[in-house]
Amino acid sequence: MASDTLAGAPRTDAEISGLDALEIAGREKGPSRVRRFWSATWPKLAALALTIGLWQAVVWTGWKDEWALSPPATVCADLGHYVLTAAFWDGLATTGRRAAVGFAAAVAVGLVLGLAVARVKVLRAALGSMITALQTMPSIAWFPLAILLFGLTEQAIFFVVVLGAAPSVANGVIHGVDYVPPLLIRAGRNIGARGLNLYRYVIAPAALPAIVAGLKQGWAFAWRSLMAGELLVVIAERTSIGAQLTYARDFSDAPRLMAIMIVILVVGILVDAAFGAADKAIRRRWGVLDQAGN
Amino acid sequence: MTSTTTTPRSATGSVALRGVTKVYGQGENAVLALDGVSLDVAPGEFVCLVGASGCGKSTLLNLVAGLDRASGGRIDLDEGVNPGLMFQEPALFPWLTVEANLEVPLKLRGLPRAERRAKVAELLRTVHLSEFGRKRPHQLSGGMRQRVALARTLALDTPVLLMDEPFGALDAMTRDILHDELERIWSERKLTVLFVTHNVREAARLADRIILLSSRPGRIIYSTPVDVPRPRRIDSPEIANIAAEVTDRLRTEVGRHGQ
Repeated sequence: MASDTLAGAPRTDAEISGLDALEIAGREKGPSRVRRFWSATWPKLAALALTIGLWQAVVWTGWKDEWALSPPATVCADLGHYVLTAAFWDGLATTGRRAAVGFAAAVAVGLVLGLAVARVKVLRAALGSMITALQTMPSIAWFPLAILLFGLTEQAIFFVVVLGAAPSVANGVIHGVDYVPPLLIRAGRNIGARGLNLYRYVIAPAALPAIVAGLKQGWAFAWRSLMAGELLVVIAERTSIGAQLTYARDFSDAPRLMAIMIVILVVGILVDAAFGAADKAIRRRWGVLDQAGN
Repeated sequence: MTSTTTTPRSATGSVALRGVTKVYGQGENAVLALDGVSLDVAPGEFVCLVGASGCGKSTLLNLVAGLDRASGGRIDLDEGVNPGLMFQEPALFPWLTVEANLEVPLKLRGLPRAERRAKVAELLRTVHLSEFGRKRPHQLSGGMRQRVALARTLALDTPVLLMDEPFGALDAMTRDILHDELERIWSERKLTVLFVTHNVREAARLADRIILLSSRPGRIIYSTPVDVPRPRRIDSPEIANIAAEVTDRLRTEVGRHGQ
C-alpha cells in the first residue's frame, strides 16, 4: 500500500473490487423453483389427505346418519354439480362484490384512522386501546344493532364488515408507523425528506410490511363478518353464498351444506394466500427472508 | 452565552460554533450534554472530534445537521448549506435498490429524470460500485453499504460532511480502504468534514486537526493540528506518535471521572 496517492492509485481500486468480490461471494444461492414449490406443497397435500381420511373414518363408524354427516365422496360429487349451477355463480358474484366493497371500505377507514392515531397524541390516548378492544369484539355481536339500525339490508352487512376489519387495518398502520427505525427517519430528514415527503419516501414504505400484515388480518375478520352477516341477513331476491348455506340447512341438504362450507374455506384460503405472497415479496426485497424461502 | 457577532464569510463550507450548549431534560433531571463549545472549521478542513463516551460528539453533529436544536449559543453555516450526515449504520432504505437509494435525495432536490440518471452513475463510479447499482442493500457487504451511504450523502451536493463514527462497525482492512476513499473524495470535492470517532488512530490518519472533548459535560479540552503530509498510512510512526499523545490526554480525562 506504499504507492497510495490521493488521486486513487490503481492498486487501491483493485483492492476495493477484490474485497467486494470476496465479501459477497457465495450469496444468493438457493434451491431451485420446482424443489421449493414441491417442498412447500406436499405437507399441505398430506394434511388434506389426512383430513379427508379422518372424515371418512368418522362416517364409517356410523356415529351419525348420512343425512346429517355425508361421506367425502358424496360431498365432492355434490360440489362438482354445485359449481356448475347458475345459482352458485350468482351467489359467488354477490358475496365477492360484498367482500370487495366491504373490505375496501374497511381499508379506507382503517388507513385514515390508523394514521390519525399514530400521529396525533390526543387521538392515541383516546382511541389507541379502544381499537384493540374493538378487535376482540366478536363481529356477530354487532348484528342485532346493525339490523336495528339498517334493517335486513346490505348496509347492515357492510356496517359489521367495516367494524370487524377496520381495527385490524388501523392497528397494522399504527404498528408500522411506530416501528419505523428512528435512524431511517433521521437519514430521511437529512437528505431533504421533510413533512409530507418524509411520509412518502420513508415512513410509508418502511411501515409497509406491518400494514400488509394488518390488511391480511383485516381480510380474515372481514370474511368472517361477511359470512356471519349473510347467514343472518338473508335478502330474499338476492342469493349469496351465505344465504345458500342457510337454505341448505333449512332443507337438510347435508352434502350441499358441506360443499358450500368448502367453497367458503377455499375462498378464504385463496385470498389469504394472495396476502401471503405479497408479504413474502416484500420480505424478499427487504432481505429478511431466509435461504429456504420461508 | 449567545454571541451576537457573525463574521461574514465568502467561501462556502465553513462551520462556526459559538458557545453551543445542549441540555437534555428539565429541572433536577436535566443533563448538560454540551457546555459552551466554540469551534471554527475552515472550508475544506478535515476536523476529527475525539472523546470518550458521553462527551456529546453525536449530539454536536445532530445540532450542526439541524436535526436537533441547541439550548444555547449559535451555529453558523454558509447560506444555503445543508450538511450531509453519515451514521455508524448505513441507514439505507432496504426497500430500494442501490440506485434508487441514491436517487431519493436527487428527487427531493427536484432534479429532472435524465439528470438524476447521470448523477447516480457518477456517484456509483465515485464509490467504485458501478456494477452494484441494481442490488439491494442487504446483498452488499458492510463496507459496500457504507460506501453507498457516503454516495447518498454526496448526492446532496453539500460542501459540509458530518460523519458520526461511520467506520466504527467495519473490520480493520475495510476501514483502511475506506479511509483512502474518503480522503480521495474529500480532496477531490474540497469538502469540509467534521468526523466523530473514538478511534484516536483513525483521527490521526484522517484529520487536519484533532479536537478532544471532555465527558459530561462535553467541552473542548485539547486541540492539535496533524502536520503529517498526505497520503498517510495508519501504521506509520508519525501517525502513531500523534495518536499516542492524544490517547494520553484522553486517558487523563477519563481518569478524572474515576475519582
